[in-house]
Amino acid sequence: MGYIPCGLHFDRLLSFTVAAGGSDGVADTVTETGAHDVEFRSVSKRYGDVVAVANVDLAIPKGAFVALLGPSGCGKTTCLRMIGGFEQPSQGTVSIDGRPMNGVPPYRRPVNMVFQHYALFPHLDVEANVSYGLRQMRPRIDRREVARRTAEALELVRLGGFAGRRIHEMSGGQQQRVALARAIVNRPAVLLLDEPLAALDRKLRTAMQIELQSLQRELGITFLLVTHDQEEALSMSDLVCVMNAGQVIQMAPPQEVYDRPGTLFVADFVGKTNRLPGVVEAGGGVLRLADGRRLSVASPAPGPVTAILRPEAIGIVQGEGGHDGLPGTVTHRIFLGNSVEYAVAADGLGEMLVTVDRGGAHRLVQPGDRVTLRFSPESLLVFST
Amino acid sequence: MAAAGNRRRSLVTAALAAPAALWLGVFLVLPFIAMLVFAFGRRAPEGGYTPAFTFEQFLNLPARSAAFLNTLMLAPAGALLCLLVAYPVAYYLAVRASPRHRLVLVSLIVVPFWTSLLVRTYAWMYILGSRGLPNLLEMIGISDVRILNTPAAVLIGIVYGYLPLMIMPIYVSLEKLDRRLLDASADLGARPMSTFFGVTLPLSMPGVMTGTALVTILLLGEYLIPQLLGGGKVFFIGNALVDLFLQSRNWPFGSAIAVTLVLVVVVVLTVAMRIAWRFAGTRRVDLV
Repeated sequence: MGYIPCGLHFDRLLSFTVAAGGSDGVADTVTETGAHDVEFRSVSKRYGDVVAVANVDLAIPKGAFVALLGPSGCGKTTCLRMIGGFEQPSQGTVSIDGRPMNGVPPYRRPVNMVFQHYALFPHLDVEANVSYGLRQMRPRIDRREVARRTAEALELVRLGGFAGRRIHEMSGGQQQRVALARAIVNRPAVLLLDEPLAALDRKLRTAMQIELQSLQRELGITFLLVTHDQEEALSMSDLVCVMNAGQVIQMAPPQEVYDRPGTLFVADFVGKTNRLPGVVEAGGGVLRLADGRRLSVASPAPGPVTAILRPEAIGIVQGEGGHDGLPGTVTHRIFLGNSVEYAVAADGLGEMLVTVDRGGAHRLVQPGDRVTLRFSPESLLVFST
Repeated sequence: MAAAGNRRRSLVTAALAAPAALWLGVFLVLPFIAMLVFAFGRRAPEGGYTPAFTFEQFLNLPARSAAFLNTLMLAPAGALLCLLVAYPVAYYLAVRASPRHRLVLVSLIVVPFWTSLLVRTYAWMYILGSRGLPNLLEMIGISDVRILNTPAAVLIGIVYGYLPLMIMPIYVSLEKLDRRLLDASADLGARPMSTFFGVTLPLSMPGVMTGTALVTILLLGEYLIPQLLGGGKVFFIGNALVDLFLQSRNWPFGSAIAVTLVLVVVVVLTVAMRIAWRFAGTRRVDLV
């Protein structure tokens, strides 16, 4: 199925509610409109002449795991900091749990944050870090109650035996858990996570992704995660909100963002892409590529377009095939264990990236081989340009 | 090869350390030994020193108890006052002031330091003297205020003279304080006051300790400020020493007082360091 976004209208389709189309069990906990934990109403943030966030409308459903995804400088962290209360919007309203938060200082907001690089208190031990929030509560909480809830939070992040440790004695992954425990101990309505996994190595990151997800389900509170890593956003969240240049471009469940990206930017940013510029001929249905080759597409609107093809949507066949494939020469092969990536110089179209699942018996093609690239027209994502 | 390299390296180290070692040996260690020897001796009839081994100088120390008392009270009190005045200034400089403002303000603090303390303290004599502040107070009906030659005058002079020495270490420790920790504290529900006492103050303790130790130690040997603003009524050990060595030429007694002062400084320093280490133990500041 070809796909053409309806330009501006699509950019405005932000107040997204996951309904029946939702992915799995988690989506059921996400209820209909009105149950939003965080709401942005035409929020802008300017620093002098620089516009960090431009007229954003956004609604985070209660109990959802939402990822704000975008390149650095796209305004996602500023959005998070406006929710936390560290920045005030220049325009518009940020509401938490239905209450407008303009002018409300961070210490009066029902949200807690896991900071980038954790921002743990170096002069306090693990227990004192985690109980910090509880000890700030007025009226004061009974000391035994503080100890009990602190121990509970530490247990939840599997740091049971580490209460007396100093922060600098903990590894990066452990510090990450301390930061998590410290942020959830107050049972916030929304947990904000600012690039929480950026400082961890790959293996630890994957483990933490799973752990964050199960923690969110266990607690049932809204998680709002900021990341520039599309893999992280796609793997953990119920909803991905793609941002660029201070604006929300698309907000949808991960599969939809990946399979039906709203714009060329989203398609490019989320996952790997092959770009095929061309023109949809009058009457629609036929895409003429730069080299004159014609492909049938489901796209109805004629005009200049860029077609996007995911690397894994392409099949690779040794030798020159029939007339519906793209002939080319393999230039590089990257063996990834469970899959193989090929760079193929497609005749007249430039380099194409192809990912082949090894399945059981995929015969590896050698660099230098002549091959034919095959794909179904439905897998072409067409964007008018 | 390696052995030769090592020998060469230790030669270089020795050569580099030699000037400082020589200087300290000749001007610190030897005088101190001389002083120790003098302290157990007797005053020669015509002044100076005659060899002896007696404790009478140390037994005579209570004769100068006023000097000891003044020093041991006013030096810590002055350092504490300094701290109370310096902390808000350092906090403002490091946390609140914009970078451009900061440069101007830091120079305003440092530049007066470049002129002689003698001249500046002399100016305070006039400000606090009868034709200065008391005169102004009399104009608004408050008469008979005497400031000069009282402990208050000495304390004012101390705060004025030593303020930059206190501000700088605190400023440095506050400046490298990670602002995200303040955000984190506020995020966890801490009001500004709680954040200050829970995060800012503990993490600036190294600066506070350094500044306080520095100022206290320097004040224990202070001479100029009590001399000018205490007017012989409020005098420190430093003033007593000048008096003993230059006026009454009682070298052994002066030496005994000086040795005692050194011992007091060492004890104060040790205790302060102990406390500082304890802080450093539980309140370690990670720089990375």
